[in-house]
Amino acid sequence: MNILNDMRFRAFCYQIGAIGLVAFAAWTMFATASDNLAKQNIATGFGFLARQAGFVISETAIAYQPTDSIARAILVGIVNTVKVSLLAAILGTLLGLFVGVARMSRNPLLARLALAYVEVLRNVPLLLYLFLWYSLIILVFPPVKQALNVLPGVFLSNSGLVLPAVFVESGATILALIVCAGIASAILIWRISRQRRITTGQSNHGAFIACLVLLVPPLLLWGLGGVSFGWDIPQAGRFRLTGGLHVRPEFVALLFGLLLSVSASVAEIVRAGIQAIGPGQWEAAAALGLHRSRVMRLVVLPQALRLIIPPLTNTYLTVFKNSSLAIAIGYPDLVMVSNTVMNQTGQAIETIAIFMGVYLGLSIAISLTMNWYNARVALKER
Amino acid sequence: MKHGFLAICAAATALLATSVAQAGTLDTVKARGKLVCGVSLATPGFAAPDDKGRMQGFDADVCRSVAAAVFGDGDKIEFVPTNINTRFQALQSGEIDMLSRQTTQTFSREASLGLDFGPNVFYDGQGLMVAKSLGVSSAKELTDAAICTLPGTTTAQNLSDFFRTIGGKFELVVFESPDENRAAFFAGRCEAISSDRSDLASIRAVANNPDDYIVLPETISKEPLAPAVRQNDSNWRDIMSWSVWLLMAAEEKGITQANVDEMLKSQDPDIQRMLGVTDELGAMLGLDNKWGYNIIKAVGNYGEIFERNVGEKTRLGLTRGPNAQWNAGGLVYAPPFR
Repeated sequence: MNILNDMRFRAFCYQIGAIGLVAFAAWTMFATASDNLAKQNIATGFGFLARQAGFVISETAIAYQPTDSIARAILVGIVNTVKVSLLAAILGTLLGLFVGVARMSRNPLLARLALAYVEVLRNVPLLLYLFLWYSLIILVFPPVKQALNVLPGVFLSNSGLVLPAVFVESGATILALIVCAGIASAILIWRISRQRRITTGQSNHGAFIACLVLLVPPLLLWGLGGVSFGWDIPQAGRFRLTGGLHVRPEFVALLFGLLLSVSASVAEIVRAGIQAIGPGQWEAAAALGLHRSRVMRLVVLPQALRLIIPPLTNTYLTVFKNSSLAIAIGYPDLVMVSNTVMNQTGQAIETIAIFMGVYLGLSIAISLTMNWYNARVALKER
Repeated sequence: MKHGFLAICAAATALLATSVAQAGTLDTVKARGKLVCGVSLATPGFAAPDDKGRMQGFDADVCRSVAAAVFGDGDKIEFVPTNINTRFQALQSGEIDMLSRQTTQTFSREASLGLDFGPNVFYDGQGLMVAKSLGVSSAKELTDAAICTLPGTTTAQNLSDFFRTIGGKFELVVFESPDENRAAFFAGRCEAISSDRSDLASIRAVANNPDDYIVLPETISKEPLAPAVRQNDSNWRDIMSWSVWLLMAAEEKGITQANVDEMLKSQDPDIQRMLGVTDELGAMLGLDNKWGYNIIKAVGNYGEIFERNVGEKTRLGLTRGPNAQWNAGGLVYAPPFR
């Protein structure tokens, strides 16, 4: 048989050809760009990452000073991006679950309210909401000098929320070890008790014991003086409050904007998932004498979860990418830090390559995690 | 952000897709029939459209002087508002012929961004503005305060350096858009706002009650603003530089927009050369010999441009200060025309 008529061989050739074309295009673009940059005497390369950053970042989750390197500054931006997206995804999912179930409620008032919530949030661009939340915060709350003293040590102003902070004075390591061990054994106990309940059909005190295992050892440690805690109380400085935990309005506005938009998407996904479960499931569960809320929790939601996971992945990817709107309201995320770096070094192509690489990498990580979870909960067909 | 990003993409695409033409910018501009000049996004006093849609301002008039030198008509020009992040890319990629956008001349910009700066047209410095009610009289008292700025540029770095020298800390709040930046400051999110002093005057001018705000006395950096062109086009750079110097020399010699026609009869050999009555200075740059006359006829001299756009009678109310002529105690000094 002629090799040219072999389907597999031809497919192989087409694929090699396609890959070659893409590689050639990429190489041409790269070569032309570096050639043009060199002709215009524009500096290239990633050497600038090691230079001193020299600028202040107001919100840092990891230690950072202006004398640190540009690479470190970009890392601070990445951590800020991850922090706000992660919190928005978790809180938004919980809120969305609630709203989605409320949309299915038989109480017309609750169902309509949930519908209005979803429609209002889904049909206006997120950027406008960010401006709205931010303007509301800085216009509604008083300047920091007239900060509202909500509770002792808690101050609310248009510079954000300042809270007393707890910190571990001594014994941090042993506390962390005990908490980790506690979590591990609690999970183990809970699993064993669930297994036993399923096999024997009798309820047991597994959850209670797990809670005890989680809470008692750290409390004992604290009672015996193994660890001690200190309070960092905010103090009025000349201009603003110093010390304590500072939640900035930029962060709050961004978190709110993102989590509300996540909640609206999740609500619709949850509703779709629930409605996809056939009425027979409801009727069968009701015939067993289960209350409506238990039908939802024990029968419908676990089945709906399989349908919910894939669109949920999209929502999480969207919230992660949308966090780059932070730049509009002054939250120092990856894009904002990169912009400053770009301005100082003038190396736009490299800096954009870095932040595109980071977004791509983290998005793929989110997809992989969600796909793994999806494979776990998916219906196992044999 | 959106425009910024699009412009970066456009610039990157231009870099990627085409081999940048190294032909003379003068020929390109002449063939096109107009000069394309990058200016600020609406900044009163430097570049902002008036109620008839005509671009007004100090930077805009610098552009017009070059257009007048090339075409004999200061209005053969297209203004492109450039974002602070993408101004250099716009110039590098050939989207604009020159950049006249409150841009500070610095070593690293000139050395690594593929551009050449012209003469300093405005000696500025970074300052801080606060509300009078704050009761602060020096920037050194601002330790622990929150300060609003625009991203990047040299502003954030100068502030960091300043507070490092005085051993204090501060909270930096950075906004992408000048409007958000101003709004946050006026709403009290920050105690102070920091930018070039000329820009602060412009921000103060749009406050509900400008008298409630003061610019603190410290100048924490040198910001000599200069127009720029792409590197490796020395003829085009000469045209830009000498157009600016002609504005300065005209003020020194007392040539104004109003009296330029009479000055054509002047017996002063310097004036005769500048206005193209004798010698052929214009031809040496590839321009019309009346180029100097055309510039002054179109925009007036340096002093007139200053007073019209940012001077004491305008809302910005800036005094000449270091921008006075060298023989009046300032730094404005044009080399001789001969």
